[in-house]
Amino acid sequence: MPPSHDSHDRPALLEARGLAFSRNDEPIFGPLDFVLRAGEVVLIEGDNGAGKSTLLRVLSGLLAPTSGEIRLDGEPLTLARLSPRVALLSHHTGLKHELSAIENLRFAAGLHGQRKGMSPPSALGGVGLEGYADVAVRQLSAGQKKRVALARVLLAPVGLWLLDEPYANLDLDGIKLVNRLLENHANRGGAALITSHGAYAYTSGTPRKVALRASSPAQAGEAKT
Amino acid sequence: MRPGSTSAACAALVSRDLTLVWRRRGDALNPILFALIVVALFPLALGPEPEQLRRIAAGVVFVALLLAGLLALDTLFRGDYEDGSLEQLVLSPHPLSLLLACKIAVHWLTTALPLIVIAPLLGELLHLPGEVRGVLVLALLLATPLLSLIGAVCVALTVGMHRSGMLLALLVLPLYVPVLIFGAGACSAAQAGLPFLAPLLWLAAALVLALVLAPLACAAALRISLS
Repeated sequence: MPPSHDSHDRPALLEARGLAFSRNDEPIFGPLDFVLRAGEVVLIEGDNGAGKSTLLRVLSGLLAPTSGEIRLDGEPLTLARLSPRVALLSHHTGLKHELSAIENLRFAAGLHGQRKGMSPPSALGGVGLEGYADVAVRQLSAGQKKRVALARVLLAPVGLWLLDEPYANLDLDGIKLVNRLLENHANRGGAALITSHGAYAYTSGTPRKVALRASSPAQAGEAKT
Repeated sequence: MRPGSTSAACAALVSRDLTLVWRRRGDALNPILFALIVVALFPLALGPEPEQLRRIAAGVVFVALLLAGLLALDTLFRGDYEDGSLEQLVLSPHPLSLLLACKIAVHWLTTALPLIVIAPLLGELLHLPGEVRGVLVLALLLATPLLSLIGAVCVALTVGMHRSGMLLALLVLPLYVPVLIFGAGACSAAQAGLPFLAPLLWLAAALVLALVLAPLACAAALRISLS
């Protein structure tokens, strides 16, 4: 399936309508409308505090939206339906520092299952960390930790990736790696939502963007295609 | 694409948590040392008369173990919350309550069970009569899982707060009171030569109830803490 980012005939993996979230009556983002189709990579743009991470947490099902609805494969979202389809990479990488990279991935594979044809060692190879399997995560650099976390996402048998700042802490090679992973994922029919505050470089095609603004109800976030 | 089975997920979680405890095995000694010191404080404060110590022995051991367990409680979800693996647990396709039950079981095995093992020794320090020793261990075997389960719900509620230690204690201790009354009550009944089965059965009944309900409450509380 060739990745053509503007095709509208594919089924909508994820659809948000009038999605808004407030914390203690203070609006964080929205209302927001967008559609994510298979084979698409969508970039969520916004300044610090615009609610990018919160949006991803809402879309992952960790937070309930204040208003609006999220549809997953055309049906309303529930955590039970959602969790087998989504991999979330958040600021906290979810890695245990006392365990080695491979032990962390084995645990992730046990918890979430693993993608067909993928195993913890091959996922680690996929992020360029061959030879680091038995190194404790504590001893890895911030960028390498990020790569292990990306390997966890790569390993998960899901179609939808929600990546919060996947480029943070990465060197140039790492940025290229993330782009390659995203491209491959889109090519095999997956989709990804990634956040960035600008200093990013997703080079494959022009990704669609969803702009988030630090919102008051008057200046709501808007969706551009 | 294949999501793993629920039993595989539980096994992965149990083996990960056991590995983590093993890697930090120095920390595992702390509750034991704490209980030992608390028990040693009583003869220092009350004087060494065996008759007096014998009377309070079972109760003191019970309270010492309860407090040691309380100190260890905070570690149940703290690490997982801070490094984000709790999020991953919530997002896994398996029932959260079952995964949490596994976590609580590992926590009990690694913090409470060693305490129960040294309980007879602690009793010996306070001249606990030999015939009460068995009842004490039995009561602890029933009471400590109950304490872990009740405590886990409270930890799940407070894990999102910074410096929740004192709040946790204030939340948990009142809930521990009935467990303490029945557990220590069984011991003092045995010591007085009275039937002690009834309080133990009450503990067992409460344990069964908590085994079913606490993981569910824990899962609900964690979802609140994470939002």
